[in-house]
Amino acid sequence: MKIQILGTGCSKCKALTEATEHAAKDLGVACEIEKVVDIAEIMSFGVMMTPALVVDGNVKVVGKIPNADEMKKILSDKTN
Amino acid sequence: MKCRCQSEAVATTSENKPSESLWIGGSSVGIALWFVLYRQLVPFSEWIVSLLPIEKGSSFGEAVTFFFYDTPKVLMLLTLVVFAMSVIRSFFLPERTRAMLAGKNEGLGNIAAACLGIVTPFCSCSAVPLFIGFVSAGVPLGVTFSFLISAPMVNEVALGLLFGLVGWKVALAYLAFGLAVAIVAGWVIGRFHLEGWLEDWVRNARAGTASLPTAQISAVGRIHEGINAVREIVGKVWPWMIAGIAAGAFIHGYAPAELLATIMGKDAWWSVPASVAVGVPMYSNAAGIIPIVEALLGKGAALGTVLSFMMAVTALSLPEAIILRKVLSLRLILVYFGVVACGILAVGYLFNALFV
Repeated sequence: MKIQILGTGCSKCKALTEATEHAAKDLGVACEIEKVVDIAEIMSFGVMMTPALVVDGNVKVVGKIPNADEMKKILSDKTN
Repeated sequence: MKCRCQSEAVATTSENKPSESLWIGGSSVGIALWFVLYRQLVPFSEWIVSLLPIEKGSSFGEAVTFFFYDTPKVLMLLTLVVFAMSVIRSFFLPERTRAMLAGKNEGLGNIAAACLGIVTPFCSCSAVPLFIGFVSAGVPLGVTFSFLISAPMVNEVALGLLFGLVGWKVALAYLAFGLAVAIVAGWVIGRFHLEGWLEDWVRNARAGTASLPTAQISAVGRIHEGINAVREIVGKVWPWMIAGIAAGAFIHGYAPAELLATIMGKDAWWSVPASVAVGVPMYSNAAGIIPIVEALLGKGAALGTVLSFMMAVTALSLPEAIILRKVLSLRLILVYFGVVACGILAVGYLFNALFV
């Protein structure tokens, strides 16, 4: 699973990265987390609010930090 | 790539009913309790102050009284405003706002953009993606600016605190002031036709309108969002708030009224530009600036001058300029700051003339 965190580096982006790492560790899913900081690249995802969470190319969360439950639901969703 | 099916799938997994009514009932009770408590604040503050060994009427006593009256009041107002606003905002998404504004003519578009700027949620680090998203979707540059100006200019926390601390007339004046500046400044920037002054890559950016999770939010979800916002924002701004109240208390107790009335009174024509010039390099949170506004007005400062100062502090800031530098050329940033500063000046004079 490939996870991308979109954000130019504000405190919320860091919080989202931490929450993602935490949830992935708890669930034991193997994933590769990549931070996307380039604004042009962020825009190519069609996102207008940061931070955003992208799993395998699909935008899952925009402009907020999901709580632990939501995060686990997103990461354990095998359909994508 | 549309994701209709996905959003419907999310919508059907609704919460179970009993917990939903419990949440809605609980928050109604909470809001009722808030009003009961708020009405008890003045006797409570009086009681606290009467316990302190301070002389009534002395400068120090006045300052301390101001502090003890304002701290619980501001805290409670802040909590309610942040909660209510984030519930309202959960109905407005930037994507929807953009769709409403795309293809709109200037003029009417500027008005719509300024109003939507107040209710559409975004934090300052989202300003750049939002800006590009709007412009690349065909929202005119001037209309985009109306949106970007009104968002920090008409600050909902400032509005709520003004309403609670200073009165509804001043709160309404502030709202009208901010909207007017956002509409006119955006329109003026639009008239200049400055599209060529955007950074090159922004003009070429093709913002994808790709699959976004447009999940329906339940009523409980909105309440949760409100509670989270209160925790996050109140937790973040309380030092600003305390500092602002302390500064307000100092002005209230010690600043000589005659001096302030001379410097910031309506007879001093230069006071409006001076307060904008002082305000622009300063940056404070709205929660910190309102107690100062309250104290200044109490000392006989003119309303237009005080509002100009406050707007210059909250709406124009260096950090914002640095963020916007990524998409705008330096010239465009200067135009943006110049137009907004002129708007603040104009309305400052107007208010000084209108309000006695």
